[in-house]
Amino acid sequence: MSGPSAVRAAKNFLDLDPVELPAELEELRREVRAFLHDEIESGRVTPHVDQWLAGWDPAFSRRLGERGWLGMTYPRQYGGSDAGALARFVVTEELLAAGAPVAAHWIADRQSGQALLNFGTEEQREAFLPRIARGEVFFAIGMSEPDTGSDLASVRTRGTRVDGGWQIRGTKIWTSGAHHADAMIALIRTEAPTENRHAGLTQVIVELPDPTVEVRGVRLLTGEHHFNEVVFKDTFVPDARVLGKPGAGWSQVTSELGNERSGPERILSTLPLLVEAMRWIAESGTQVSPARLGELYARLWALRQMSLAVAGRLQLGEDPAVSASIVKDLGTQFEGSLIDAVREMVDVEPDYASAHALPRMLAEAVLHSPGFTLRGGTNEILRGIVTKAVGSA
Amino acid sequence: MNEIIEALTKAVSDACRRHPSVPTGPGGPGEGPAWNAELWSALDDIGVLLLPVPEDRGGAGGDLATTVGVLEVLGAESAAVPFGENALLAGWLLSECGAEIPGGVMTAAVAGAELGISRAGDDLVLDGRIARVPWGRCADHLVVLAGRNVMLLHPGQYEIHHGANLAGEPRDDVVFETASIGDAQIRPLRDDSPVDDESFAARTALVRAALMAGAARRAFELSTAYASERQQFGRSINRFQTVQQYLAAMAGEVLLCKVSAEAAAAALDRDAEHGGSAATAAMVAVSAAASTVARTAHQVHGAIGFTEEHSLRSSTTRIWSWRDEGGGAGTRAAQLGARVVGTGADGLWPSLTV
Repeated sequence: MSGPSAVRAAKNFLDLDPVELPAELEELRREVRAFLHDEIESGRVTPHVDQWLAGWDPAFSRRLGERGWLGMTYPRQYGGSDAGALARFVVTEELLAAGAPVAAHWIADRQSGQALLNFGTEEQREAFLPRIARGEVFFAIGMSEPDTGSDLASVRTRGTRVDGGWQIRGTKIWTSGAHHADAMIALIRTEAPTENRHAGLTQVIVELPDPTVEVRGVRLLTGEHHFNEVVFKDTFVPDARVLGKPGAGWSQVTSELGNERSGPERILSTLPLLVEAMRWIAESGTQVSPARLGELYARLWALRQMSLAVAGRLQLGEDPAVSASIVKDLGTQFEGSLIDAVREMVDVEPDYASAHALPRMLAEAVLHSPGFTLRGGTNEILRGIVTKAVGSA
Repeated sequence: MNEIIEALTKAVSDACRRHPSVPTGPGGPGEGPAWNAELWSALDDIGVLLLPVPEDRGGAGGDLATTVGVLEVLGAESAAVPFGENALLAGWLLSECGAEIPGGVMTAAVAGAELGISRAGDDLVLDGRIARVPWGRCADHLVVLAGRNVMLLHPGQYEIHHGANLAGEPRDDVVFETASIGDAQIRPLRDDSPVDDESFAARTALVRAALMAGAARRAFELSTAYASERQQFGRSINRFQTVQQYLAAMAGEVLLCKVSAEAAAAALDRDAEHGGSAATAAMVAVSAAASTVARTAHQVHGAIGFTEEHSLRSSTTRIWSWRDEGGGAGTRAAQLGARVVGTGADGLWPSLTV
């Protein structure tokens, strides 16, 4: 997080330049493609839509870890490959485009590990980062609560000071993967609310499972279990598991957002559906409107350039929060419009249980679509951030 | 943005402020805007008129990424000068023949189906027309790509029939009546030159994308300014969430325009072939995004933006023109889509990461 450039980037949202990937990353891309080809051909991986939410496959995550494709932005001393944000961009976009099951490690690799690097103690980094990079430890994020959605500063889960740590009471919700995860980074209130709503919040690492933490599934409208309600019943968190400074939770959480919001997962969640539709169109000899397809393709091309440009900023150690918000706003809308374009092009009924890929993926995409523009900050909240930054409010 | 581009775009921006391009009526034929000769001369002083032309051909040897930076400024300022035609098209065609680049204003076109070309001895004879040549009436030289030849033509050899786009920029029909073109005016392209109708179209697409990116930015700036000044219900309208959401959505599209145009320029700098697809994709994406910006800008401005006296129209009428010019967005989208179908399912993603 280099201070002055971060400020500069935040002041002028147009200060975002396209990035050309260095040639050596094309070699990396070829390796990832060959690996994925092999995984799919061998039947170990079946492509699905929205796999960074739904594709929980610890064995696949470990295979990525073995190849050095997790923890790519972490220093080598913590088990990472120190390859940088652009290398990570290449690997993650290939995984997403192929519809590979990346959910298990996704939060840990993208966000929790980065937070540990930025704010964690040496002991915390050593305890978690090498295992995240090997695909052995998975994280969940505890931000939303039953009464706290977009208004994150209103969290009510309380941490009370006790001997040697904090006792936590309260409820988190919409916590993806908490029923499988090995740890959760939760945002809790450790001081009574004051005029400054952003003060008194703290991030803590809760290791799971824990007998005082109840994890209840909240099923998606598909019946799938990804979401959870997580209840802390006087859970003890030792001081050694406080992340960063007590009271500094808000600034820590908001500094993760550039990472959280700009990645290719905000654009490519439904791409496997388009690929499958193109296969169906070729095999069935269906005539499609080339202009409609071309417009979709051009928008995708443009959004990928934007996401890549933000990765370039991350590579420089900046926090491009505003452009990241823009990428997420436009990218997640695209994920939905792709579905409609496919529906126009192919005459296929969505069928979740179909043995054929296209009707199954269409069903997955349609049924997962409400989440695209909600998760990671609703698009309306993101536009609020953009409006403030452009100085018009 | 690197320092060279920053300094150059600032100089161009200052020149545009010193010599503003006066908005004119949404003219039909004969009502083109004032050709901004002062600005042209200021751009000449800055040394950008042949910015991307190699230095050994009399240009500045700049790359397309830098040139696009200049185009974005000119697009934002609604500058009444044929910079793109001169620097990126005419200058390029002539330098690809190893020809001398003459002084004066140049514009460029592809010969097209309406122009008959026959041979009479060593000369060529031209009959017919080239439709809607940008800034045709202002040009001292018209550079025409005809297959593997480039013709350098002069106003005495053709008639100009005035036409205009929605912003009043000249889009003139150039009409030939048995015009004899001497050997000295015809230059073959270098054998290894990548120039063809398709690469000409790609550069045209890049020019339009960059200009639209600039115009969209200006329409957005005008909208944020207006929304902060305009008072309704006792407060400025940017206090209303609906208006705020509009402005944020516009900001996103404006950023998409900028990154797309600049990414396409970088792609063309790197690789003329794949860069051509990038320029086409950028033009299609920017056309849609800039159209959204134009529509929203008018909604934010209310009735005043719909009038001749308000400068918003300078930006929006240009967006509405440029998106359909020189192979419009619809045609280019269809080309892209046909290519995607041809590439097949397994080629779709790899084609995006080239």
